[in-house]
Amino acid sequence: MSKRIEVNDLDVYYSKFKAVEGVNLVIEPRSVTALIGPSGCGKSTFIRTLNRMHEVIPGAWVDGEVLVDGNNLYGPGVDPVRVRRQVGMVFQRPNPFPTMSIRDNVLAGVKLNNQRISKSDADELVEKSLKGANLWNEVKDRLDRPGNGLSGGQQQRLCIARAIAVEPEVILMDEPCSALDPISTLAIEDLIEELKQDYTIVIVTHNMQQASRVSDRTAFFNIAGTGKPGKLIEVDDTATIFSNPSIKDTEDYVSGKFG
Amino acid sequence: MVSTVSPPQAAVNPLTAGRLPAAAPWGILAGSLLASTAVFALLQVGSGEEDFNIVGAVFFGVVGYVLLVYIVSRLIEGSRRAKDRFVTALVGLAFVVAMLPLISLVFTVVAQGSGRIDLDFFTLSLRNVLGEGGGAAHAIIGTLLMTGVATLISVPIGLLTSIYLVEYGRGRLAQAITFLVDVMTGIPSIVAGLFAFALFELILGPGTRVGLSGAAALTVLMLPVVVRSSEDILRLVPNELREASYALGVPKWLTILKVVIPTAIAGIATGVMLSIARVIGETAPLLIAAGFSNNFNFDLTEGRMQSLPVYVYYSYISQGTDFQPYIDRAWAGALTLIAIVMILNLAARLVARIFAPKLGR
Repeated sequence: MSKRIEVNDLDVYYSKFKAVEGVNLVIEPRSVTALIGPSGCGKSTFIRTLNRMHEVIPGAWVDGEVLVDGNNLYGPGVDPVRVRRQVGMVFQRPNPFPTMSIRDNVLAGVKLNNQRISKSDADELVEKSLKGANLWNEVKDRLDRPGNGLSGGQQQRLCIARAIAVEPEVILMDEPCSALDPISTLAIEDLIEELKQDYTIVIVTHNMQQASRVSDRTAFFNIAGTGKPGKLIEVDDTATIFSNPSIKDTEDYVSGKFG
Repeated sequence: MVSTVSPPQAAVNPLTAGRLPAAAPWGILAGSLLASTAVFALLQVGSGEEDFNIVGAVFFGVVGYVLLVYIVSRLIEGSRRAKDRFVTALVGLAFVVAMLPLISLVFTVVAQGSGRIDLDFFTLSLRNVLGEGGGAAHAIIGTLLMTGVATLISVPIGLLTSIYLVEYGRGRLAQAITFLVDVMTGIPSIVAGLFAFALFELILGPGTRVGLSGAAALTVLMLPVVVRSSEDILRLVPNELREASYALGVPKWLTILKVVIPTAIAGIATGVMLSIARVIGETAPLLIAAGFSNNFNFDLTEGRMQSLPVYVYYSYISQGTDFQPYIDRAWAGALTLIAIVMILNLAARLVARIFAPKLGR
């Protein structure tokens, strides 16, 4: 299921402004990679380039290549819609569709794409995805209620269920816990641990404890100053980054000397 | 046993301030109105006029209330609360001033128009009617047909235009469209009528007056309203929902069709209803483009077509020697028009409620 991602010399621009510069990174399959760094250093911008979501913002463009199992996402003729079916995404703020029930939210990837699905297949997919997101027991009796009625943590898990229902190869998570309380955060972190068995996961987080808890590898981004592009400073095994980083800036950041 | 200890003095809480009792403003209002009424009654007796000046009495009563409540509050409650009461009174006054014409208008139309609201009015035309009797069925049908066709034309075009502006439009073309829509909003309705008349004269020959031409005139007036209102509503749909849909691998057109529009459908319906209410009362363009008629006409492409506003206008302008039935029909036509707009508004509310995103817990 999961795939290997290789990023070569990636620059990201918003119109003429260079937001991220020169990223080289390898993300192994069936692993969790955390992106850490101060605000505005380009973590979110970078993660959005991994499924071509950043180009939804007018004027944003990319120079360089992102290879998923050797296929360049930015090659000529690549359809961003096909990319996004393989690389799913969970956003910072839970965003279930307000017009849909819990069940329809999980099936959104199927239904919005006008694919036909029999009722029994749909039931099975809903149950499997909600179980995968650790939400089944909490909502199985009210699948027809609106998704907006759930708590923030449940909504976020609903969004994860919605993302895994389309069976992507990779799941990107952009600060999935920053709007949640510690209990919901714990539920999501447990979930990430389980999802790792099947998916390649990339997660942006501001919480360094979270990075050290859930990730196998950690990438540290930093920015030299306002108006300068963000850069990938160091990437290594999480244990190494947090105990014995090779670059001084990383050590200062993870030990709380700045940022 | 006699206690020599005096009861403990209640310490003055430094946080308290003077406070008028809740009923005080109402008392002041009543007193002010009474005083003003008394003054005007004396004036009436003194000058020997017949009518009591009720507008003057209420107006000076309310102005007196605004001043009095400010002074009393300032003496008891201090300057901040006094300002608060002063502005509250002014805002209330403005609300009453804004509501008075509306209430007066609805009251007058219902009082004058309900006399002719009968079965004949909704089933008969004015064909061969001189004096009493007759109805406005032909005008109601004309209004519904022309407004309906105008809606059928302008809603798809307007909605698609607003979708283009919100979801796709970048750069010069979008700016030009926005500018042209703004210009269109400002077109005087008589010019729209002349445009439609000239257009159909070119196509169907000189002096053509048909229902379709009237519908075209209404479309010109309706289109910019639909574009503007739907554009505003579509911009309110959070970008997060679009991104959530893209991230599931849904193409842009399906995202717009199945996520953006359903989320905004309630607002779009309200906007469409408002635009209908905007054009349904137009008189001048229909007079030019569709003409007037006393007969039934169900065919939009052939012959003149009557509409309710034109019906009201002609009933008033061409009274017969026995003028009362004509005046009565004019009022009844006006009442029918108001009722139709009201029904459409209620329908829009209903649509909005049915389609609104559900937030039930």
